[in-house]
Amino acid sequence: MTDATADASLEEPIFDRGAPPIWSFTVPMTALFGAFFGFLVGNANGAPIPGVLGGAVYGAIVAIVAMTMLHDSRTAFRWGLIVLTAIAGFIFGSWGAALAGGIIGAVVSWWVYWIGRGDYRAGVPIYSTTGQTLWHNTYLFICGLIFFFLIAPIITIIPLSFNAQNYFTFTPEMLSLSPEGYSVKHYNDFFTNSDWQSAMWNSLKIAPMATILAVGFGTLAAIGLSQPHVPFRRAIMAVLISPMIVPLIISAAGMYFFYSRVNLQGTYLGVVLAHAALGIPFVIITVTATLVGFDRSLTRAAANLGADPVTTFARIQMPLILPGVISGGLFAFITSFDEVVVVLFVGSAQQKTLPWQMFIGLREQISPTILAVATILVAISIALLTTVELLRRRSERLRGLTPG
Amino acid sequence: MKLKTILMGTAVAGFGSVATAQEMANDMTLVSWGGAYQSSQQKAYAEPYMEMNPDVSITWDESSPEAVAKLRAMNEAGNVTWDLVDVVAADAIRLCDEGLAMEIDADEILAEGDDGSSAEDDFGDLLVSDCFIPQIVYSITAAYRPDRLPEGAPAPDSICALFDTETYPGKRALEQRPINNVEWALLCDGVAKDDIYDVLETEEGQDRAFAKLDTIKDDVIWWSAAAEPPQLLADGEIVMGSSYNGRWFSAIEEQDQPFEMLWDAQVFDLDGWIIPAGLPDDRLARVLDFVNFATDTQRLADQAAYISYGPARQSSAPLVGDHAELGIPMGPHMPTAPENSKNVFVYNYSWWADYRDDLDSKFQAWLAQ
Repeated sequence: MTDATADASLEEPIFDRGAPPIWSFTVPMTALFGAFFGFLVGNANGAPIPGVLGGAVYGAIVAIVAMTMLHDSRTAFRWGLIVLTAIAGFIFGSWGAALAGGIIGAVVSWWVYWIGRGDYRAGVPIYSTTGQTLWHNTYLFICGLIFFFLIAPIITIIPLSFNAQNYFTFTPEMLSLSPEGYSVKHYNDFFTNSDWQSAMWNSLKIAPMATILAVGFGTLAAIGLSQPHVPFRRAIMAVLISPMIVPLIISAAGMYFFYSRVNLQGTYLGVVLAHAALGIPFVIITVTATLVGFDRSLTRAAANLGADPVTTFARIQMPLILPGVISGGLFAFITSFDEVVVVLFVGSAQQKTLPWQMFIGLREQISPTILAVATILVAISIALLTTVELLRRRSERLRGLTPG
Repeated sequence: MKLKTILMGTAVAGFGSVATAQEMANDMTLVSWGGAYQSSQQKAYAEPYMEMNPDVSITWDESSPEAVAKLRAMNEAGNVTWDLVDVVAADAIRLCDEGLAMEIDADEILAEGDDGSSAEDDFGDLLVSDCFIPQIVYSITAAYRPDRLPEGAPAPDSICALFDTETYPGKRALEQRPINNVEWALLCDGVAKDDIYDVLETEEGQDRAFAKLDTIKDDVIWWSAAAEPPQLLADGEIVMGSSYNGRWFSAIEEQDQPFEMLWDAQVFDLDGWIIPAGLPDDRLARVLDFVNFATDTQRLADQAAYISYGPARQSSAPLVGDHAELGIPMGPHMPTAPENSKNVFVYNYSWWADYRDDLDSKFQAWLAQ
């Protein structure tokens, strides 16, 4: 690596290390990278060793061609390799293999220029040692791996939910991307099956009510507890937040016996109250956080101009803390919408919610309808979180504009 | 019908208050297992019943797997919200012993057989507990993938194929509990069928069963939900496994999976209703009316059109017809069909009631080794 600097002429910047050597670095590295993909492909076809060898040869050829002949036409080479590998995949398998080939072509051709042109050093200062460069890239790799492990299970369920079979399996038809392998029948099942529909309506009846209660009580509690003159503020706060800290199963068992005594067990109101209790801590925390940035002199100014406390709250305070209230409400909504433990205890079969139905489905019949529902819920969650993020940005912008 | 209900209601409730048709509650919560089994009950029992009684609404709760624990909790909280609970015979015996299930007199509350035999005779030996109202006979049985067998290996025809990892290499799925597994292990270790429970009673016999299981321990995937083995077999993760015969039927006939049944040494078990103890009169009257209808000869035979479990009444057997959707005759798919029941293992309830806790803990300890 360092011998590349030896023949750098004096006109070039003194720290420019130039491109890494082709034969002793780029070609072996790309062959290694190719061998990894070869292993994956070979393993999937029951022949890991030939796969590794084939992958290594593929990587080496790619590196030699790219570095010696097409060093400056990166885009053309990358597209060429993607198409070529995809065609090879298509001959070898079918559309699924072509897709895999295209992906391998794209990744390997990116890798060969990244290595071969020294782009991997772009993120580190020019004076860093080999070890530092290596660590920098390992670090990025670990971060990528963490994201992958977080997101891969969620991504996997999306294609599986379009499975034409009643199993959680990538069938050969699915892998070859043939249309027979896919169907929307599990979505159909969700939208036509009365069990799923009543579960969905129950969830949609319980979650908003619980959210409204949680937001109402939580906001009032947060405002009250932010007043300096309230006695035992910390103790009250701790009690109100406890549903979030106590293990859910303990809250659930406790609520079950308490609600049974007061005839709330197995009723719609009981489930709503239980979910509201679980949602209140989220509202208190987000609203308290927004109140920290709230300028108290605004309420005094409003009072000075003749507004009574209610008007001040509605016209001055509420609009400013609204983003906190809404994001707290969204968390309360998701808590109720996702909750299965408490509802299993406090609810009866008439209050069967969506997570409850999914839990049953997973235990009794491993039906991909669950995956279809999960996909829909993921889409809803993404929509809700996007809303929260947009609100957060708006609140930041507003705060930026607020004088003082 | 109504008069009969009135008589039954008073006879069984025994509180002297006359439960009349007007006093019957109209809401009923039935507890079952979910899935294809529950939908067979819905179609064969609940839908015709609601047609006859349009005011009645039935809610289904899929809580049978934890019925014992939940009934205990309900009893402690003094708030029993279930009206009729579907459990396996072993759970019915436990619930009956704990006083959580109501004792019944079969002849008094259940309908006579279509052939005129009394309910007691019609159900016969299947009335294994004073609280238990049998519905179906099912079996735990093995199935395999013919296309995953090694070349030249004969199709397995004995349960001992589970233990023969040389001829049939690959993973097997077995239920994560000692019941069935220890019996099969001893059977394949050369113990005669009639001697198995005698052998199992001794310490050496138990060790012998676990020693046999040891030979395949590394090749076993343990399941806890009966839906898992068909899933694993469809995935090709296992070459053979045990599950309920109805699950295999559904995978093979309804889902077109390339599985074959291995009926050898299938273990018969029973499933049925229990009525929770201490129901209020109006709810009890409704439940009794429903149970009388839902366990009559025709209804039990109807259920077999939706799932391949054998009706518990002898008088229902001749009435078993075709599958409701596929139109194939269901008789040959019943665990009780002659060609399937050449070699049947009968699960000994009273023996397991005595030894279950002991063997369960031994089994868990063995698993953890």
